[in-house]
Amino acid sequence: MLNESLIRVENLGKQYETAAPDTPPALNQVSVNIFAGEFVAIMGPSGSGKSTFMNLLGCLDVPTSGAYYLHGRNVAELSLNELADVRNSQLGFVFQGFNLLKRVTALDNVALPLLYAGVGKRKRRERAQELLTQIGLGKYGQSLPNRMSGGQQQRVAIARALANSPKVILADEPTGNLDSETSNEIMGVLSRLNREQGLTIILVTHELDVANFANRLIRFKDGVVVHDGPVTHQ
Amino acid sequence: MNPFANLGEAWRALGANRMRTALTMLGMIIGVSAVVLMLAIGEGAKQSVNRSVQSMGSNLFIVMSGSTSAGGLRGGSGSAPTVTINDAEAIGKLPLIAASAPVSSGNAQVIQGANNWSTQITGVTPEYFTARSWVMQQGDILSQTDVRNAARNAILGQTVIKNLFGDDNPVGKTIRIKNLPFVVSGTLEPKGQSLDGRDQDDTVLVPITTAQSKLFGNPYPGTVRFISVQAKSAEVMDEAEEDMKQLLRQRHRIQPGAEDDFSVRNLAAAAQTASAAAQAMSMMLGAIGSISLLVGGIGIMNIMLVSVTERTREIGVRMAIGARRWDILLQFLLEAVMISVIGGLIGVALGAWGAYGAAMGLGMEVELSGRAMLVAFAVAAAIGIFFGLYPARRAASLRPVEALRYE
Repeated sequence: MLNESLIRVENLGKQYETAAPDTPPALNQVSVNIFAGEFVAIMGPSGSGKSTFMNLLGCLDVPTSGAYYLHGRNVAELSLNELADVRNSQLGFVFQGFNLLKRVTALDNVALPLLYAGVGKRKRRERAQELLTQIGLGKYGQSLPNRMSGGQQQRVAIARALANSPKVILADEPTGNLDSETSNEIMGVLSRLNREQGLTIILVTHELDVANFANRLIRFKDGVVVHDGPVTHQ
Repeated sequence: MNPFANLGEAWRALGANRMRTALTMLGMIIGVSAVVLMLAIGEGAKQSVNRSVQSMGSNLFIVMSGSTSAGGLRGGSGSAPTVTINDAEAIGKLPLIAASAPVSSGNAQVIQGANNWSTQITGVTPEYFTARSWVMQQGDILSQTDVRNAARNAILGQTVIKNLFGDDNPVGKTIRIKNLPFVVSGTLEPKGQSLDGRDQDDTVLVPITTAQSKLFGNPYPGTVRFISVQAKSAEVMDEAEEDMKQLLRQRHRIQPGAEDDFSVRNLAAAAQTASAAAQAMSMMLGAIGSISLLVGGIGIMNIMLVSVTERTREIGVRMAIGARRWDILLQFLLEAVMISVIGGLIGVALGAWGAYGAAMGLGMEVELSGRAMLVAFAVAAAIGIFFGLYPARRAASLRPVEALRYE
């Protein structure tokens, strides 16, 4: 049994400053524990707070109340630079729109997190090539993203997320722009990473098919968690 | 992340949008080359004026006779023969005066073999060479003995030599002035044009006594046309002028309150005016160049702001995968600096080439100093930093969530 709590969220709240005064908070008193090696799917209608929750987990935004411990460190106490370093070394992001740099080759896209980690040029290239090979795009190193299919681009994005060997992959609707066949392929890659490398994966999705790849489901509604339990495969 | 990696990122970003980079750079190129070219032209003009001023002799006064007045008709400066050789000698003894040189001159035809040339014959004393900064090319200056004996020695300016002797060496040869034979005892270094455009080299120097007694005659013995007086330094010009006037009033027995029968002109004032005008022109040209440089800088800022907005999402992605604010700041700042530095280098080269073209093609006097080029380049780089900083800070201060959400 997993006993180390990788992500511990206590009474987390987020109230946007720009929101009208009487709107309820985007996130209200959310407490969740996520253990290393889990594959969590987060679902909920739009405006339910799931994206806000992901942004907070990803250290892209700061909560207005509550605490978030990543690896036992309280993220709220970190400086902007420390947050950047956490994002760089402990988290990997996969986005719905892939978010690859358009005019940069697949290899250099994958190598980008290594650049910000201060890795030398030769080592960056080696590691990036290794990652591309691992996800089956070893021959596409010099291709530009807009010459690649959506599935291929998302694979490159996954390789980029893996560059600094993070413990957690945060995937925000990674299959939202893909057809169902490609979706399955990408989800296959993610669940294999979860199974074989013990990576913790947290995934936001609209589709039950996609959520079924996970082994735990958290549902949000109106800024609170309304369901948290194992995925029941239908 | 090390700065070289940032440099690489900036370079790649510039390469990704070549047309825009080139156009932005063009603003910088035009600005810097304008500065370099304008400074070269301005400096050239200034030096040309300064050379003329210096060739005239420094700290100079001209003392002329006053005007005659006959039946209400006034003759103008120099028409009354009141200033004498003895006045010149007395002025020369004043403590603040470096040299006092009486001059009598006229125009005459000079003949050498088959050639002849009409030029100014200037009757002078040895002091003249000091006062007017003449340097001998060959031979010695006229001596006191020459003056005392009214010797028929002549010293030739370059224009006269060219017209009478061509490429031959004139020293020791005989020329005829008003049909009198003179021996050429020396030649003068060239001076070029004076401030009013007169060719200073178109002259023959002879002893003043010779000019007066043998060439032009002198209806009022002892008087001269004017005296060139040089003060010891620029600072004592006013004092020296006062001393001189007092001395002459005394010598000419002018009652207090009566009008002077001589006039003193300060040539330094004219020279200063000319120098100041050249300086002003030089500065104005520099200012024109600087304005185009400024416009180029604003162009950089403009493009960088557009670039930051356009790449907001990219900035968000970079932040999400671990770029610190400093990395983002440096990336955009380096892009701006790279544009301005490369533009600056091309601009310096283009400006230098333009200055060379102006000198060769248009015959303009230009002075291209390494310092001016260095300054223009440094200013270009500084402009890149200055105008790049604001957009770069704006990029770095974006919040990751909002940048990522930007469409």
